[in-house]
Amino acid sequence: MQRIVVIGAGHASGQLLDSLRRGGSQAHITLVGEESWLPYQRPPLSKKFLSGELSAERLAFRPESFYQRNDIHTLLSCRAVSIDRDARTVSLADGETLDYDLLALTTGTRVRVLPVPGAELAGVHYLRGIDDALGLQADWQGRDKVCVIGGGFIGLEVAASARTLGKNVTVVEMTDRLMARAVSPAMSQYFLELHTRNGAKVMCSTGVSELIGANGRVSGVRLSDGREIPADVIVVGIGVLPNQELAQEAGLACDNGILVDEFARTSEPKIVSAGDCTNHPNSLLGRRLRLESVHNALEQAKSAAASLMDEKLAYAQVPWFWSDQYNSKLQMVGLSEGFDRAVQRGNPDEDKFSLFYYRGDALIAIDSVNRPGDHMPGKKLLAAGISPTPGQVADPDFPLKSLL
Amino acid sequence: MDILPTRLRRHRFLRDPSVPTITLIQHSGESYTVEAADGATVMEVAIDNNIDGIIGECGGCCSCATCHCYIDPAFIGKIPPRGDLETEMLEFASSEAKENSRLACQVEITEELEGMVVILPETQL
Repeated sequence: MQRIVVIGAGHASGQLLDSLRRGGSQAHITLVGEESWLPYQRPPLSKKFLSGELSAERLAFRPESFYQRNDIHTLLSCRAVSIDRDARTVSLADGETLDYDLLALTTGTRVRVLPVPGAELAGVHYLRGIDDALGLQADWQGRDKVCVIGGGFIGLEVAASARTLGKNVTVVEMTDRLMARAVSPAMSQYFLELHTRNGAKVMCSTGVSELIGANGRVSGVRLSDGREIPADVIVVGIGVLPNQELAQEAGLACDNGILVDEFARTSEPKIVSAGDCTNHPNSLLGRRLRLESVHNALEQAKSAAASLMDEKLAYAQVPWFWSDQYNSKLQMVGLSEGFDRAVQRGNPDEDKFSLFYYRGDALIAIDSVNRPGDHMPGKKLLAAGISPTPGQVADPDFPLKSLL
Repeated sequence: MDILPTRLRRHRFLRDPSVPTITLIQHSGESYTVEAADGATVMEVAIDNNIDGIIGECGGCCSCATCHCYIDPAFIGKIPPRGDLETEMLEFASSEAKENSRLACQVEITEELEGMVVILPETQL
C-alpha cells in the first residue's frame, strides 16, 4: 500500500488530508504534528479565543472522528528531524523512523524572536499556537499594563482583545505606520485612529532597545530613544519565518520558503508542500511570493493533494485575508503593493468604507472595512480581471455586481 | 436523578434529552439528525458531525460566506436576526440568498431550536 506522510498539523495539513480522502486516496496516511493538538483554526487565537469567547475544543479544524473514520494515523507532540530522500524515510525526534512513498511538508512558520536584551524574561509572550494563547491568557489575568511590540495584524488584534478586556494597552511599532506590509497609508491611518479611539496608546516610528525586568519578570520596555514605559505583560508580534530547514537540509530548493510550482510540487518529485511555508508562483499576479493566510493554505493544499494523487490542479487565485479589530472587520483581496491610485468608497467616519487600489487603469486590490458588499463582488472582479472605473467605484450607489 | 453513566448517555437511544437535536439536509436530499450542544453554532455542528455542504473557510467569523444555509421558516423567529454584515455577505453567497438564508456560523444553538431543520445549498463556492 502506498504510504503518505504529512509533516505539520495546521490549516494546510487539515485540508490536504480532507482532500486526499475526498479524492479517493486509499493510501496509508500518517500525520506528524509538533503540537499536542490536531489541526485547528489559528485566526481566533488573537481574537475571540484570547478574549475568552471561544474554548480550545471549538477551534478544531475537523473533529477527532474525522481522523478515525478516514483512517489517518496521527502522531502528535512529535517532531520530524530529518528526511532521507534516497531511503524515503523521515526521522522523528523520539528516534523512530517513518517510511514514505510520498511526502507532504505543511510545516508553516514560526515567530520571529525579539533580538533585544531581556527578551527571555517571564511575562514576554509570542502568539502562534493554542498553547501560546493559553499561556498569555493565564499570565495577563490580574495584570493590567500590556505592551504590544509590533503593529501588524497579530499585534493589533491582541491589542484590541486586551482593550476589550479593559487592560491598559500600548502598541510600539518600529515603522512609521501600522500593518505597513499589508495595507496602504490611508488604511493604516484609519486603524491608528480606531485603536486610539478605543483607548490604546499607539507609538509608531518607535524601536525597542531592551526589556527591563525585576526578579526575572518583565517590568517595562526601554525604547530606542531612551524613554521607558512600564509593562506587566509583553506580547511580541514582529512577523514569522518559514519553517523550511527540514526541506533545506534534505536538499530541496528553498528561497524565503520551500520552492514549489503551481501544482505545489517541490524540486523533488515525491515531495509536495503547501501553506505559509511555501514560496510559490501565482500566474494571476505574474510573480512568485510567500503568503501567510488561511485561504492560501487551504487552496494550495488542494493542489498538493491533487499532485499526490497524480492529478493536476493549478493553484492560481487572488489572495484574500481578513482581520477583526474591535467592531471593524477588515477584508482584503488582492495585493495593493505598488498601487499608484487609491479610490475611496463609503465613509471612514462611519467605520464603513473601502479603498480600491489601481495600478494604471487596472484594479489590483481592495481593502474594505465593514463593507462586505464591496469585498465579495471585488473578489470576483479581481479574479475575472475586470476593473470598474474610478468614477464607478467612488459612487456608492453604483452596483459593482452589475459588472460581473 | 442522573442514573446513567455519561459514557452511555452518548448513545443515541439514551441521549440526554436536554441537548437539542437539529436536522441538516444536504442538497442531494441526504438528511442527518444530530445533537447540537447549547452555544455551538450550526456551522460547528455540521463540521463536528462530518456533514458535507458547509465549508466555513474563515472558521466562523462572518468573513467568507461559505457556510450559507436555509433555516426552517418555523424557527427563523427563534433566532436573533441577521446583522448588517451578515446580510451584506449573504447577498454575494454562491447559492441564491432567500428570506430564510443565514450564515451558519452566526446561528447559535439554544434549547428553543430543538427539532430545527436546516437545508444546505447546492454550492458554497
